[in-house]
Amino acid sequence: MKNVFYLKAIQEALIEEIERDPSVFLMGEDIGEYGGCFGVTRGMLKTFGSKRVVDLPMSETSFMGMAVGAAITGLRPIVEIMFMDFITLSSDAIINHAIKLRYIFGGGVKVPLVIRAPSGAGKRYGSSHSQSLESLFMNFPGLKIVAPSTPADAKGLLKSAIRDDNPVLFIENKGLYWTKGNIPESECLIPIGVANIRREGCDVTIATYSRMVDLALEAAQDLATEGIHVEVLDLRSLAPLDTDTLFNSVSKTGRLVTLEEGYLPTGVGAELSSLVVEHLFSRLKSPIYRIACEAVPIPYSPVLEDLAIPSKDKVIATIKKSCNFQSNTIYVRNKWNHQEHRMDI
Amino acid sequence: MRHSQNNIKTLQRYYHDMLLIRRFEEKVLSFFDVSNKNKIFGTTHVYIGQEAVAVGVCSKLRQNDFITSTHRGHGHFLAKGGDPARIMAELFGKVTGYSKGKGGTQHMGDLSIGHLGSNGITGGGLPIATGAGFSIQYQKQDQVVVCFFGDGAANEGMFHESLNMAAIWSLPIIFICENNLYAMSTPIKNSFSVPDIATRACAYGIEGVIVDGMCVLDVAAKTEAAVEKARGGGGPTLLECKTYRFLGHSKNDLCAYRTREEESEWRKKDPLVQMETCLHHEGMSLQEFTAISNEVNQTIEDAVRFADDSPWPSSQELFTDLYC
Ligand SMILES: Cc1ncc(C[n+]2csc(CCOP(=O)(O)OP(=O)(O)O)c2C)c(N)n1
Ligand SMILES: [Mg+2]
Repeated sequence: MKNVFYLKAIQEALIEEIERDPSVFLMGEDIGEYGGCFGVTRGMLKTFGSKRVVDLPMSETSFMGMAVGAAITGLRPIVEIMFMDFITLSSDAIINHAIKLRYIFGGGVKVPLVIRAPSGAGKRYGSSHSQSLESLFMNFPGLKIVAPSTPADAKGLLKSAIRDDNPVLFIENKGLYWTKGNIPESECLIPIGVANIRREGCDVTIATYSRMVDLALEAAQDLATEGIHVEVLDLRSLAPLDTDTLFNSVSKTGRLVTLEEGYLPTGVGAELSSLVVEHLFSRLKSPIYRIACEAVPIPYSPVLEDLAIPSKDKVIATIKKSCNFQSNTIYVRNKWNHQEHRMDI
Repeated sequence: MRHSQNNIKTLQRYYHDMLLIRRFEEKVLSFFDVSNKNKIFGTTHVYIGQEAVAVGVCSKLRQNDFITSTHRGHGHFLAKGGDPARIMAELFGKVTGYSKGKGGTQHMGDLSIGHLGSNGITGGGLPIATGAGFSIQYQKQDQVVVCFFGDGAANEGMFHESLNMAAIWSLPIIFICENNLYAMSTPIKNSFSVPDIATRACAYGIEGVIVDGMCVLDVAAKTEAAVEKARGGGGPTLLECKTYRFLGHSKNDLCAYRTREEESEWRKKDPLVQMETCLHHEGMSLQEFTAISNEVNQTIEDAVRFADDSPWPSSQELFTDLYC
């Protein structure tokens, strides 16, 4: 085992895969000499040269299309989107081409493409540099989506993504880059589509992923002292979802809270909630509650940004609400001022 | 070349406006320092070195003419007549800022002075400017639109699509490309197949003009011609202002991708120093220089005090302004 930063774990995966397979190469803005906006590819141009580490002009719409073209003709591109927010400029190539090609060719083509997208808020970067847009992409069949929370998962999942013959969106949260964790010395692939129970508990399941896992673990720790035992489920993959692990956990606890950094409406939580209601309706002891970024563009001012994104207090309050649920009480959220109030029925 | 008395007033105005931007940006950077209690958050892209472009261009605009700006937008905002106090308050995240603290450096504007917004998405302003030009033509107004963007933005598809649409409908737009030789760390030699971005204009059948972006007089003169043409129905022009950002791309950039020699060559063309020399030749006295400098310092001190004294947005503000 060695203790490394999340950012370093990603870099190790990139280096090892470039060394392993000559068709793997990196594409991105300022990833060469500059080493990427966050330093993930620092030093790699020197080691691998400009054939394997390709600096791009600011042409997100076409360079993603270019990656698709390269992927269907024998290469395995790994594209860095500087901030996940900018993926909207590349989205046509992803949504209308990359993820559909195999199907519309009747299985006659492979698209081994990895898109690395730094997501996440809390850094006071404002509305165009803080979003977590993964749930948007969960809407589209044909794309795999992974969002690791630890350095070991980041390395293992990135390697699996690079070796996968399908397009994979790899979400790396900016807030995780400088967090540390143990990773195995030897190669350790993490399979796509397998969740991980990070903490066992019998009272309530909190399903989350990426940076929010740490928040869930902290809340679970605090709640344990009050006798509430939270099971923390790290989804790791958002597409495909590991429904087996999710259903097993919720049938044990009977309660589900979902936690994500992206916007609330039609988010990851909405999908999880729907799946659980469809399959485990009779096991549920309380409604499923969703915690997410409030439904507003992410504001700049620290006082507002902190209110917009999930906090430990919000997680704790929501878990308690779930555990204290009584069937004659409902909570209603005002459509306009978003204040929640109790309604006894 | 000697300037008339009237002209000297203009030159002094240019000098004042450029100095205001320079000092404003220096102040902004100082607030990222921990010793200054981190009053500004996240990151910022300062305009130091490029002041002649914003000031020269905006000097030829009317208040109701439009501009679209970029991530490097404080200079554009100030030159278009933005209130330094409200810009500073926005950077402080205060409710008195132009966006009530919700926007921050890359997300603010003021319709009342024709500022259609800075922009966190590089190139995002190009089609918006095109739409504003369309709107002016549709409503038979005599305004023009200035679209500021960088060399990096000129490689976005939006640049090509926007210039084409502006050209086919002869929209009243002046496209101001601030070519400062780099998009973050990427030098133009790695991202362009032509030495001059202005030459791309011919692909759309519009005029492309190369401008000395370090000389406010050259910027003003060439902008004036393009504005006149646009107002008269002559359609868009692409002005490429050759310029240089003296500091890093954003606050943490150490500029390892360029040489100190190159930096000092460009420093010699400092637009403020050029204007100082010019005014000196015109016989401007030391007292007059000091007076301008003091005035600028006072403006900035007032702006900081205003921002400092302003309240934070209340928690209710989180959900306001989402819909009309
Ligand atoms: C669509 C998009 N891609 C990438 C970025 C990240 N980014 C911000 S500014 C910048 C460089 C812009 O270069 P240029 O247009 O020349 O303007 P300059 O910074 O030189 O003023 C980059 C890569 C972004 N904000 N938006
Ligand atoms: Mg530039």
